[in-house]
Amino acid sequence: MNREFVFVPARFSAQAMPLNPGHHSVLHPAASQAGNIEWLYWVIFWILFAVFVLMVAAFARAGAKSRVLDDAPLPIIEDDDGDRRAGWAVGSALAITVITLFVVLVLSVITGKRVEGLTSKNPITIQITGHQWWWEISYPNSQADQTVTTANEIHVPVGTPVVVLTNSADVIHSFWAPSITGKRDLLPGYSSAFSFQVDREGTYRGQCAEFCGLQHAHMGFSIIAEPVDKFQSWRQQQLKPAIEPAASESSRGREVFLTHACVMCHTIRGTDAGSRVGPDLTHIASRNMIAAETLPNTAGALAGWVVDPQRIKPGTQMSPNPLAPDELQALVVYLQSLQ
Amino acid sequence: MAVAEPIVANDQDAGQSGLARRLAHTWRQPKGFLGWFCNTHHTDIGIRFMVTAFIFLLLGGVLAAMIRLQLIRPENSLMGPDLYNQVFTMHGSTMIFLFAVPMMFQGFGVYIVPLMCGARNIAFPRLNAFSYYLYVGGALVLWGGFLTNTGPDVGWFAYVPLSGPAYSPGHRADIWSQMITFTEVSALGVAICIATTILRHRAPGMTLNRMPILLWEKLVISIAVIFAMPAVMIASGLLLLDRLVGTHFFNPAEGGDVLLYQHLFWFFGHPEVYIIFLPGAAIISTLVECFSRRRIFGYTPIVVSVVATGFIGFSVWVHHMFATGLPQLSESFFTAASLMIVIPTGTQFFCWVATIWYGRLQLRLPMLWCFGFFFVFLIGGLSGVMLASVPVDLQVHDTYFVVAHFHYVLIGGALFPMFAGIYFWFPKMTGRMASAKLGAWHFWLFFFGFNITFFTLHFLGLRGMPRRIYTYGPDMHWQGLNILASTGVIFMTAGLLVFLANVYRSMHTGEIAGNNPWEDAGLEWSVSSPPPPYNFLHVPTVSGRDPLWEDPPDQPVVVGLRDDIRETLVTHSLDADPQHKDEDPGPSIWPFLAAVTVSAAFVGSIFTAWAIPIGAPPVIATLIGWLWPRGQSPTPLPNEVPWIH
Amino acid sequence: MRLHLHIAFLFASTLWLGSCSREDRILRQPPPANDTLNTVQISGLNPGANSIPTPPNSNMYQESAYAVAEGQKLYEEYNCVGCHAHGGGGIGPPLMDRDWIYGSEPGNVFATIMQGRPNGMPSFRNRIPEYQAWELAAYVRSLAGLLPKGVSPDRPDRMNVKPSESSTPEQIPTGITGVPGQPK
Repeated sequence: MNREFVFVPARFSAQAMPLNPGHHSVLHPAASQAGNIEWLYWVIFWILFAVFVLMVAAFARAGAKSRVLDDAPLPIIEDDDGDRRAGWAVGSALAITVITLFVVLVLSVITGKRVEGLTSKNPITIQITGHQWWWEISYPNSQADQTVTTANEIHVPVGTPVVVLTNSADVIHSFWAPSITGKRDLLPGYSSAFSFQVDREGTYRGQCAEFCGLQHAHMGFSIIAEPVDKFQSWRQQQLKPAIEPAASESSRGREVFLTHACVMCHTIRGTDAGSRVGPDLTHIASRNMIAAETLPNTAGALAGWVVDPQRIKPGTQMSPNPLAPDELQALVVYLQSLQ
Repeated sequence: MAVAEPIVANDQDAGQSGLARRLAHTWRQPKGFLGWFCNTHHTDIGIRFMVTAFIFLLLGGVLAAMIRLQLIRPENSLMGPDLYNQVFTMHGSTMIFLFAVPMMFQGFGVYIVPLMCGARNIAFPRLNAFSYYLYVGGALVLWGGFLTNTGPDVGWFAYVPLSGPAYSPGHRADIWSQMITFTEVSALGVAICIATTILRHRAPGMTLNRMPILLWEKLVISIAVIFAMPAVMIASGLLLLDRLVGTHFFNPAEGGDVLLYQHLFWFFGHPEVYIIFLPGAAIISTLVECFSRRRIFGYTPIVVSVVATGFIGFSVWVHHMFATGLPQLSESFFTAASLMIVIPTGTQFFCWVATIWYGRLQLRLPMLWCFGFFFVFLIGGLSGVMLASVPVDLQVHDTYFVVAHFHYVLIGGALFPMFAGIYFWFPKMTGRMASAKLGAWHFWLFFFGFNITFFTLHFLGLRGMPRRIYTYGPDMHWQGLNILASTGVIFMTAGLLVFLANVYRSMHTGEIAGNNPWEDAGLEWSVSSPPPPYNFLHVPTVSGRDPLWEDPPDQPVVVGLRDDIRETLVTHSLDADPQHKDEDPGPSIWPFLAAVTVSAAFVGSIFTAWAIPIGAPPVIATLIGWLWPRGQSPTPLPNEVPWIH
Repeated sequence: MRLHLHIAFLFASTLWLGSCSREDRILRQPPPANDTLNTVQISGLNPGANSIPTPPNSNMYQESAYAVAEGQKLYEEYNCVGCHAHGGGGIGPPLMDRDWIYGSEPGNVFATIMQGRPNGMPSFRNRIPEYQAWELAAYVRSLAGLLPKGVSPDRPDRMNVKPSESSTPEQIPTGITGVPGQPK
């Protein structure tokens, strides 16, 4: 965003805070929407900072004239001349206040229109449905076999507008990636739309921002912005059914999946597992993290999650699965093969 | 201008004159264990409200300390999610429903308003006592629930569908909803008492134009309570119906609407925070006037601001719902209204500065707290302007930025004025001065700790930390700021302990205070400290806004009231002309019994529908006992006999 | 003052000790030490000298509103609805009535779910964890009204099983059109 250079001092002070830039902060935008909002934030901040300084100075000056330690209360005074001058001062202060508020209002409305008024010919549409406590992501398409369904990890092409349609399967959640745009509540019974456009490649984290129960704290997601060709190849890969297991251990792992509790809740397209209760696992190995951005997608974390999710996210919907060690090993190998 | 001599004889100064003795006998309140439950005098009930509310402030503070301890470290295991959800819900509910309104509006109001009006007791004294017991009942229900694993765990606002029947099994959310009913009926009762006292029991000569700002504020707040509380009672009532009876008000599948709950709740919720803040602002107006040794600058603008804040406060509720996907026109309207409400608050600020600037400031202890208020509330108000702007709000809504904002405005706008008011009226309530030195230690410890904790939270919010999370990952880089925020708790706790020590010590060995140690202007300073059970030896009259500063030495008093029965004077609402005499009902056990039966019916109805037919007859019986006619009906004033001189 | 403190402390400790088991959120399940399936029995008679011990912890789920609500959720998610509807039955027998073919004790219902039954009831052994079968058993028993009212689940956030009274055709006067539920 080109507006940033106007407020360079402000940006310096923001970046003085130690943080991986562009990761997960209101003040490190990576999309036009968050950039506009950050600009508005700093404008309002400096206006209000000036107000703060003036008011504190006024109170300090007024308070400095205090006679602190007189024990007896002083006699009452009347000051008509002072009252007249005070009248002018208060009146002017009020006028300045009204003007300032009006400026803030106008800037807010303008920025709001900029943030929401993303017009485009070919946006990518994403349907996000909130569940307790994961995000169901789908890329709807008029052809059913072109609809991508995944969970918790959103891929978008850089520089392309994205329209998000919201819904919730149970309680109110809120979709919020601070580096991308403002939040939007996912309300059951309502579907609303908002849009964003990511300007910089990278991975941007988000988290549920409306209290939704026991594991509200562990309901994260990520938005991965990548070049258009990488995005298309990711999309094509996601549309494919699950990879057939090559090695015998993978095969055994698939057997474990299909004969234990896993099949009651998860889908792996290309197998008999078709339940929609939990996230779609067809391409689970292509995701960076599991359990809604709680754990890295490594063999150890996956094994720990499968065996006892309640220790990591107490109250989550997934049940513990006490598998024998060789079964667990085979299952993890299989799941890690599902690119 | 010298402070006018008090015109009413002080019973302690003059020695027990015959009149004082007779009045003390007529207006006596019963003693003993059972007598405690029969008391209907406003000073006693007011102190009970304040003490009980303060206990809940401390309990809520303990919960806050638990929250800060849990968040001091990522992946901390001090509390699991279930207990944490209960703790933060209880923290919010306790602070808002069991501390803020009962202290700022009910406690202070009930104590001060009749004294400031020049009345012998509050209007409807039994309703006042009933409201107190009902408040205690609600508090016991909530905390009893918490201690039996039935505490609510859905947030202090309990959004549906999370708090609805499908996602909150058991009775936790029912306990919360019913607590709302208790506390809001209690607030409504006190609002009726205070509004009636202000409108009909003012001293003759105290026209509306001569009312102290605090009385204006209490009047506005009483009306705000009357309009706001029903909204939350409806919200919690519909929630109870959905949960207990099986209605579908909030079930989208059957045509219900989850946003309906939010609208109903926030239509109450926003005026609620003004109900908490405006009493604080009025205390500041009173203290600024007294310690600048001059009448307040801009009486009319301040009164207009108080009324305007009350009105506009009802038109901004949707700013709590900006993230729900509203139409843009609607968002702009509510941004405009939310910004507009800054204007009356700003007016008050400017008038306070002007009063101090053109006055002769004496920075005594209560005034120190006023300056604390100026600093803290200013920051909170400015962060509120940021939140009024929709795009910024969409980023920081439901993050620790909002937590920082509302703690600045609530602690700045209510807690600092509360302490200021406590230190200011402490001599009036207890007859002794509080220690200024301990009070200063209290102030600086609390001020320092508060800013350490809550200023840090602004940054946490901007860094993306949402609210109501029981833990966070180590890779979020939030730990440093969380540690800093948690350390402030130590200083705030130390400050509160110093305050308790100050109160305890001063009540026993503090310097004895006269009637008017601060030489303030209000009528309450014309009676002894603490006030006698009949408040005023003679009901006063006033001829100016600052009676004890402006009234002449021969200001008339009301002499036509009998001293062998509890007679009170009812005056006209606008110009306070005397209209008729009425009889105060005196001490009575019925308010307590009625509160017990109503509480039993309310609590029982959570568990079984039979509680309603079984609970109703005792309620009716106690109401019959309460309303049984006794005493004399309102007496018209005699026409010829001059009864004021 | 001191008396008040003592009373308050006594009150608080009484409450704490009398904590409500209805509100227990059983998040960490007791580990399955042994297969409890074979300890569930319909008859009290068994051969040999030592009797088979009763399964542990089944009451834990019967008394927790949270567990019964979980059972309600699992009932939908695992598609019990497909055969039993919402208790009214269809392909499978109704669960809301008093006819229990294989017994109505929690252990009996648990065994039915885990072992399967002739004429179409699948066996869910190794498909769902035992504690979930106990939660389902508790919910099923609540459908038949066998659980105390405080523990039974409240209405779920979905459409009613039958339309509300005011929208059934018999209630609507003739000649009114455009009302949901009535043929146009």
